[in-house]
Amino acid sequence: MARFCPGDRVRVLPNVVDTHHRTPSYVKGRIGRVHALSGSFYDPEDRAYGGTGLPKRELYLVWFGMQSLWGRRYRGGEEDKLLVDIYEQWLEPVGEPAGSQG
Amino acid sequence: MGADHDHGGDHRHPGLAEDLSLSDPARRLLAMEELLVEKGVIDANDVRRVMDVIAARAPVDGARVVARAWIDPAFKLRLLEDPRAALAELGYPAVSGAMLAVVENTEAVHHLVVCTLCSCYPTSLLGPPPDWYKSFAYRSRAVVDPRGVMREFGLEVGEAVEVRVVDSAADLRYMVLPRRPEGTEGMAEEDLVALVTRDSLVGVGAPNQPAVNS
Amino acid sequence: MGGVPSEDPIDRSERQLMEWERRTGALVDVLREKQVINTDELRRGIEAIPPDEYRRLGYYERWSSSLEILLVEKGLLTTREIDGRAAAVGERWG
Repeated sequence: MARFCPGDRVRVLPNVVDTHHRTPSYVKGRIGRVHALSGSFYDPEDRAYGGTGLPKRELYLVWFGMQSLWGRRYRGGEEDKLLVDIYEQWLEPVGEPAGSQG
Repeated sequence: MGADHDHGGDHRHPGLAEDLSLSDPARRLLAMEELLVEKGVIDANDVRRVMDVIAARAPVDGARVVARAWIDPAFKLRLLEDPRAALAELGYPAVSGAMLAVVENTEAVHHLVVCTLCSCYPTSLLGPPPDWYKSFAYRSRAVVDPRGVMREFGLEVGEAVEVRVVDSAADLRYMVLPRRPEGTEGMAEEDLVALVTRDSLVGVGAPNQPAVNS
Repeated sequence: MGGVPSEDPIDRSERQLMEWERRTGALVDVLREKQVINTDELRRGIEAIPPDEYRRLGYYERWSSSLEILLVEKGLLTTREIDGRAAAVGERWG
């Protein structure tokens, strides 16, 4: 069962680990929203060491605002986004910001 | 050099003469291949067979998929929803390994694909990626300054268009479905195929404009 | 790589892959097909390459390094065997 739905606000865990994982460091600790469910796949963190990759893990396409990621460094529109596939074990739920219309 | 090295025996690698001087990792790779054959881990013909399969894949296959999506809206929906099944309809069987995902460029949204962690690319459909896709410059800059990168490729994306950079970090391999150029209404499918460039399938380019005929 | 500061222009020159590079891609596919290795292991092996060497090596050279790590780890080949055969390959092909 997928823990998150499209639109959910999520934070990428900030964990720094030496073992193999597929979470790019530049989104660690950052807040984004689930754009889509990408499916469930063999767990790369287990398969990388010869494991079966079971149980399978949910994968989400998560989006981040470019300006929130890079601040003034970003040269482009306010709506520009970065989308990245992130495994469920790297995501945690975060509430809506105060004053948000949902 | 070159032809003089063609001395036959069990360890011939036809065509290797073109490589002139092999780097150490290249030699070690060829050594591993020979040893794996000798130990029976792989068969002598396996590598050649797969090389032929890979050589048969090319960006034109992606172009065919795009052209069909342009002329057949129902196919386009299937392609976006279930690429594997849609590709099978066109005679591209599901290959083992990575799954293809398709993202659609519209008037309002432009997608650009990169893999920052390694160099994931829809190789099973398009063949191996170009060198620039694997370069540090592209992989580091595409997520920070996509508009600047696209400009370097000669593609100016309007201010009003939302740019979405897709970092294919995990198990999906993304291909862009570019926008159909204006003035192509009524063009035959095979002529549309010719307009679709490899770069437009990655999002750093747009399809070619049709030649203006009298 | 993502977001690592870089102002380097992108080298867009096109070339054909060399024979040994095509062989590398095919060999990895064969070994995946036979379930000797998987993509995640290959990626882990690439990440095991020290940063300086990673930058110095070409794309398929990194695959070669990773493959060697995996095949030795799995006990299919030894470093010594590969050393010996690589020298012979070098003599044959320069």
